[in-house]
Order: sequence, then C-alpha cells, then structure tokens
Amino acid sequence: MKRAGIVAWNTFREAVRDRVLYNLVFFALLMIAAALLVGQISIGIEEIVIVTLGLSAISLIGILMAVFIGVGLVSKEMEKRTLYALLAKPVRRWEFLLGKFAGLFLTLAVNTAAMAAGLAGAMWLVQGSLKAEDAAVLVAVYFILLKLAIVVSLALLFSCFTTPLLSTLFTAGLYVAGVFAPEIRAIGKVTGNAALDAVAMVFSYLLPNFDNFNVIAAAAHRRAIPGMLVAQNTLYAAVYCAIALAGATMIFSRRNLK
Amino acid sequence: MNSRKTMALLLLAVIPAGFAAVWCMQRGIDGQLAEMHQEQDELVLRSGKTLRLLSLEYGAFLADVYWTRTVQYYGDRHARKVANLDTLGPLLDVTTTLDPQLLPAYRFGAIFLAEKAPQGAGRPDLAVELIQKGIRNNPDFWRFYYDLGFIYYWELKDYKKASEAFLEGSKNPKALIWMKVLAAKIAAEGRSRETSRILWREIYESTQDKLIRENALRNLKLLRAEEDCDYLDTLVGRYEKSAHRRPERIEELVSAGILPGVPVDPEGFPYVIGADGKTHVHPKSPLLGYPKGPPPPR
Amino acid sequence: MSGPAIEIEGLTKDYTTGFWLAKKKRSLDNLTMQVEPGEVFGFLGPNGAGKTTTIKLLMGLIFPSAGTARILGRPVSDVGMHNEIGYLPEQPYFYDYLTARELLDYFARFHGYGAAERRERVERMLKKVGLETAGKIQLRKYSKGMLQRVGVAQAVLHDPQVVILDEPMSGLDPLGRREVRDIILELKKAGRTVLFSTHILSDAEMLCDRVGVIAGGKLRGVGSPEEIVGVQSHGMEILFELSGAGAGGIVEKAVRIGGRYRIAVEEGELYGAMEQLRAAGAKVLSVTRVRQTLEDYFLGLMGAEQARASAVEVGEK
Repeated sequence: MKRAGIVAWNTFREAVRDRVLYNLVFFALLMIAAALLVGQISIGIEEIVIVTLGLSAISLIGILMAVFIGVGLVSKEMEKRTLYALLAKPVRRWEFLLGKFAGLFLTLAVNTAAMAAGLAGAMWLVQGSLKAEDAAVLVAVYFILLKLAIVVSLALLFSCFTTPLLSTLFTAGLYVAGVFAPEIRAIGKVTGNAALDAVAMVFSYLLPNFDNFNVIAAAAHRRAIPGMLVAQNTLYAAVYCAIALAGATMIFSRRNLK
Repeated sequence: MNSRKTMALLLLAVIPAGFAAVWCMQRGIDGQLAEMHQEQDELVLRSGKTLRLLSLEYGAFLADVYWTRTVQYYGDRHARKVANLDTLGPLLDVTTTLDPQLLPAYRFGAIFLAEKAPQGAGRPDLAVELIQKGIRNNPDFWRFYYDLGFIYYWELKDYKKASEAFLEGSKNPKALIWMKVLAAKIAAEGRSRETSRILWREIYESTQDKLIRENALRNLKLLRAEEDCDYLDTLVGRYEKSAHRRPERIEELVSAGILPGVPVDPEGFPYVIGADGKTHVHPKSPLLGYPKGPPPPR
Repeated sequence: MSGPAIEIEGLTKDYTTGFWLAKKKRSLDNLTMQVEPGEVFGFLGPNGAGKTTTIKLLMGLIFPSAGTARILGRPVSDVGMHNEIGYLPEQPYFYDYLTARELLDYFARFHGYGAAERRERVERMLKKVGLETAGKIQLRKYSKGMLQRVGVAQAVLHDPQVVILDEPMSGLDPLGRREVRDIILELKKAGRTVLFSTHILSDAEMLCDRVGVIAGGKLRGVGSPEEIVGVQSHGMEILFELSGAGAGGIVEKAVRIGGRYRIAVEEGELYGAMEQLRAAGAKVLSVTRVRQTLEDYFLGLMGAEQARASAVEVGEK
C-alpha cells in the first residue's frame, strides 16, 4: 500500500510539472469577471448566478481534466515504456494502478479545492459576506469531487487496454449515459415491452448514476443538503471506484507489455 | 527574400489586412442576418425538457442564461415599444423547466404574461399555468398563491377562483395576514377599487424588479385616473342638468364654470369625454400603454 | 546460495497475429537454460532471436505460453524477489520531467530505504556512472548515452544479487562502453550474477564466463566462449616483411599484401617455418593463432536461420 503512495506522489508531481494546474489561472479570471459583471447582466439573481456559474465551471473543468489526463495514465506509460523499469522494482501491478488513480485524484482534489476557494471569494464579493447557508456550496463541491473520482477510475480502466482516443470516447460516453441514468430508468417503466423495460432498468442501475452528485441548483438556492445523501454518495463513489479499479486490475495483471 | 523581411511583411501587412477584411465582411454578414431575422425570435428549442436533457448537468446555469435572455427580450421590446411578446411564454417555460426553483421567473411571468398588450403578452391563461407550475415545484412559497389570485382577479375577472387562491395561500403560516382578509373581501365584493389598489401596492412593495415596479406604479396611477373619471362623470351629469345636453368636450365644462381648468391625469394628459358621454383617460396617455408623444399643451 | 541464480525450463512464448488473431508466431521455443550464481552470462543472438523476449519473461513484463522460470529459487511472478534483482531495459526511457537524481530517488523508495540512505546511495550511483553534475538536469535533455548510464545506475542502485541487462552497450560511445564493461567486471568481483544480452560479440568474448546463443527462438548452444567455438585450431598465422630475394618455398606460399606477407602454417610446422624465414632474412611482424571466432560461428548460424529470423522479428516487437 505504501508503494501505491509512492506512485501516487510521483503521478501528482508529473501533473504539476505538466503545468496542469495553470487552468486555475483561467478559472480565477472567470470568477473575477463574473463577480464584477453579474450585477449588470442578471438582475435580481446575482447570488444564484455566481454559484451556478462557479459550480458549473468547477464541474466542467474537473471532468475535462479527469478524462484527458486519466486516459493516458496507463497507456502513456506503456507506450513510452517508462513502465518497464518501474515494474522491475518490487511493486505489484495493482499497487501501480492504485497509485496512478490516487495521484490523479489528489491532483483533482487540490485543483478543485483551489477553485472552491476562488468561488468563495467571488461569492464574498457579490454578497458582501458569507453566511451559514452558503455551506451548501461546499457540499456541492464535495459531490463534484466524488463524481470526478468515479470518472478517473473509469478513464484508468480504459487506459489499461485501449488507445487514448478510444478511452476518451468510452469515458465521455459513460459520463453522458450516467448523467441520463434517471431518464433511462424512466424509459424502463413506460415502454410496453417487458423485456426492454427490464434491460433498461438493469442498465440504468449498472451505469454510474452521476445525477446523484448534481446538487448545483440546490446549492445555488442555498438549500441545505441532507447529511444522509452525503453519506450515501460517499459510499456509492467509493464502491463504484472499487469496481472500476478491480476491473482495471484484472485486465492489467495479465497484460503483456509490448 | 530573407526571413526577417518575410516576418515583417506578415506581421505588418498581411495579418492586419486580413483582419480589416474580416471586419468589413462581418458587417456585411451582420446586415444580411438582420434582414433574415427581422422580427423573428430565435427560440429554436422551445421544449424545456429537451434543453434540460441536452444541458447534461449544467441545467441550473442554462436557466440563469435563459432568465437573463428573457429579461433582455422583454426590456428590449418594451424600449422599442413592440407589441408582440409571443416568445415570452416559451422563454419563461424553458427557464422554469431548467431550474424549477427560479422564483423571480415565475413572478415575472405572472405579471407580464397576463398583462394586456402592449405592456404584456396578453395571455393570462399561460400566466396561470406558469404560476401553478411554480406552486407544484415550490409548495412552500405562499406568494405564488398571491400571484395566482391576482391574475384571476385582475385579468380573468374570476372572483371566485381569486378568492380561493388567496384563501389557499393564507393557510401557509408564513403568509401575511391580509391574505385571508383579501380572500373574504373578494368573495364578498368581487372587483373593487380599494382591493385593486391594495393588490397593486403589495406588488410594488414586494419586488425589487424594476420593470415590475414600473408597471405596478402605472396601474396604481391608472386607478387614480379612473377615480378622477368617476368624479368627472358626476360633473358631466351636473352640466347635463343645467345645459340640457351632453357635453362633447371637457372644455365646455370649464366654460360653464363647473371646472376651474382642464384636469390632467397623473401623467399630465388631459381627460377627454368619449362618444359614450363618459370621461376617459386621454387615448395617448402612457397610463394606457406606451407613450405616443408628449402631452398636448394646456 | 545453492542452486542456479536463474533457472529457465521449457520457456515458450507465442504471439497471435493476423487480422482475426488467428496466426500464431512462436518467438521463443522451449528454452531451457541456467545461470550459475556469481557468473557473467552473455545472451547472444541476432536481432529478433528472442533475447529480449526471454528477458521480459524473466522480469514479469510478459507472460509465458508454457514453461517456467525462477530467479534465486523464486518464481518470476514473485514481485518481492525484485528487491534482489536489477534490470536495465533495452533503449531505456524514463520519466522525462524528472531529473536523474529525482528518478533514482523515486526508484530507491520502492526498496524501502530511509531518506538518508537514499541520498547517499543516489549520490554514489551518480558518481559511479559519471552523472554527478548532470544529476539536476531533467532527463528530457539527456543524450542516449546519458540515459543508458542512468539506466545502469537504477539497475544496481539497490545492490542486487542478480543484474539483468538488455543490450547495455547500445548507443554508447567507446568510453561509455568501457565504463559499462568496468561496472560488469566490478559486479563480478563482488560476487554478483550478471546476465546481459548483446549482439556485439567482442564484448561477450571479453566479459563472459559463459554464453548462450539463441537464434530463431531456439537455444543453439551454451558454454564458455571457447567451448562454443571449439578449440579447433586452424594453425598459426605469420605476418612478415621481406626485402630481399625469396626464401624459396615458404615465401611462394605466402599471400602478399602491400609490403607484407601473410602465411598460415600448421602448429607443428611453426618452428620450421620460422627457421626458413630467419634464413631468408625476413622480418617477422606477428605470430597469431588462427581460431574460428564467435563471429564465424555466429555467421554460420545466421546463414542457416536467415529465412526464419525475419518472420520472428515481427512477432518479437
């Protein structure tokens, strides 16, 4: 396990040296512009808009990073053959995978936390102060992070056996499908065809239900998010990541390196 | 041709010339597009549900965008004095589908969807639908019952339903007390100037939306003007008694000494006597709609 | 330590190729071989012969279709055993955003060293491969030779019992190759086992206690370099200069190259021939034994395997 941590730290270092964190500059500029202009553009709902904009940006940037870096986690090392020397060390393949996952997750966590701080600053500018009910925004950010963890684990899974391009398509596809899981489940109840209903239902439950983690509207309206949901979502994310990582381990453990 | 010369040529001549050309072309294209669009409203996707699906997880943000678009749409037409507000309903429907908790959107629709043209879309039926959607999604927000009752009272003149709405809203412990009072008053009296004044004043005071406040103020002034007209009608009656004929213009009342001068409405426009013998607000007065010109000289 | 350091038994590797993955190419066929502890073993063969495949199988980077392999008595699937072995891949590539120092430190962490010991080992390694000053430069700026040296450093950083090097001399200038040779000899002196693959025969002749020759996926022979080529002696060759008149028989048999003559004689006839040349007043430049070299043996093998070699090369990569 400790060896996974060594790989994780190096993965984080690689992301930093790849200047991945520079996206924060773009986000900061966006937040500053939004805070300054929101009063002019959206009358009456400034406090709502700054949060929807901020959270949507945090979510979108996070997904982009998770997918684009995630799909290269394993395939890049296999292609560049940096993996040869590493696997000659006393480190198991699953420890390597876990470390890559943890490293990218750490990168995303740092990035998301920085963006959350930026959003808090913008909210403070727009509202003049921060209130207790603004804590809902923090919960929304935490949910986004949980969502990103699942996306990373899926990208890692695909990275183990296919090219970055295909991995990107598959991961993005699963993301979109996961967002639509409730709709698929609803379809599963209204078609006349029993077989199709069953397939749609099963499919909707097996997909990662990303909609669970979307509380942007609630946070924007400063509605408190129930603690039960926080606990359930945390567990869901942990289990789903474990499933994806188990799949990745199965595939990667038997993979012949070129 | 050495490379430094090429660089200079590209930087100082080719690229700026290119941008200048693009600028001119864009102006031409803008002109073309303006002709194509005319009064058309580009609300390509009218289905809120479709948009919600397409927006993946970013529906709340898109709702804010559409709300901004709605306000700009109305404000732009209001400023240009265009009477056609057909797209207002769909815009509000999309906005509230994307974010069912965006309260300002429902309240805006309650006023401006119901209000007659040219100030509003003249669709009180759509306004009722919108508010009922608002109530479904925000059952705790008692002010929607107020808005619903108001639409039934003011535009639809269905005093039974209006009273029911106020009564329903009064059941919410957070509601203001006079909701119950209004329910009783309307059930008993139907339309009355006093009730109307209370309703419009509450709207004026309970909102920060500039457009809604402007509209409420106009309606309050119109109520006062109508009171003036009622009083002037009694004076017309007095003239009829003494002159044994109906006056055709207000000036006759002045000549007869019944009025010291031609009275004007709160916007400065003089009252007129209509073909039906009753006093009315001047047809060009902004109280009735968009200002069509300055008030005539006294 | 008893038993072989590296023990390979019936190791076979097939690759599936072709559109429907229907065709099978056998890149390693039933290899059985041992490397004894403390010896330097050269793994020789032309490109595509199966050397890298064998080494990758030993390192657990690919998995055998049949057969087994053990290092230091433990199966190659035992990752814990990697603490005792060092590996230099062919044409190594490392994380280019790290400096050499950082890379070695990173790898050292997997062996569980504390911070102080890591620092000390990393510095020692950098010095050993001559990269002390370049240690703080990012690897993306390194030349091929420098990368090779980093590779050697990371392979021996943890003082392993067995060191496996895949084409360690490739891409090095003569100075670099000498340094690697010195390191291998140093390891031998310290009692370590070294297995390295190469197609440069002179290196093998100079360094190895034993060599294994592989071609077309099959082991062709194992033994000391002399055993492989046989002690067949084809006699002696004398190189001499002659200014004056011929010494008769012997000069006529010689081959003339510029101002020099070369003649081959049977070993038993050497002194007789020398006497004749002395009598003729010739100046003897050198006397060398003529042997079949590893190169001859090799070329002979390659000639026979030419047809199959190219097909295997495809499967190998």
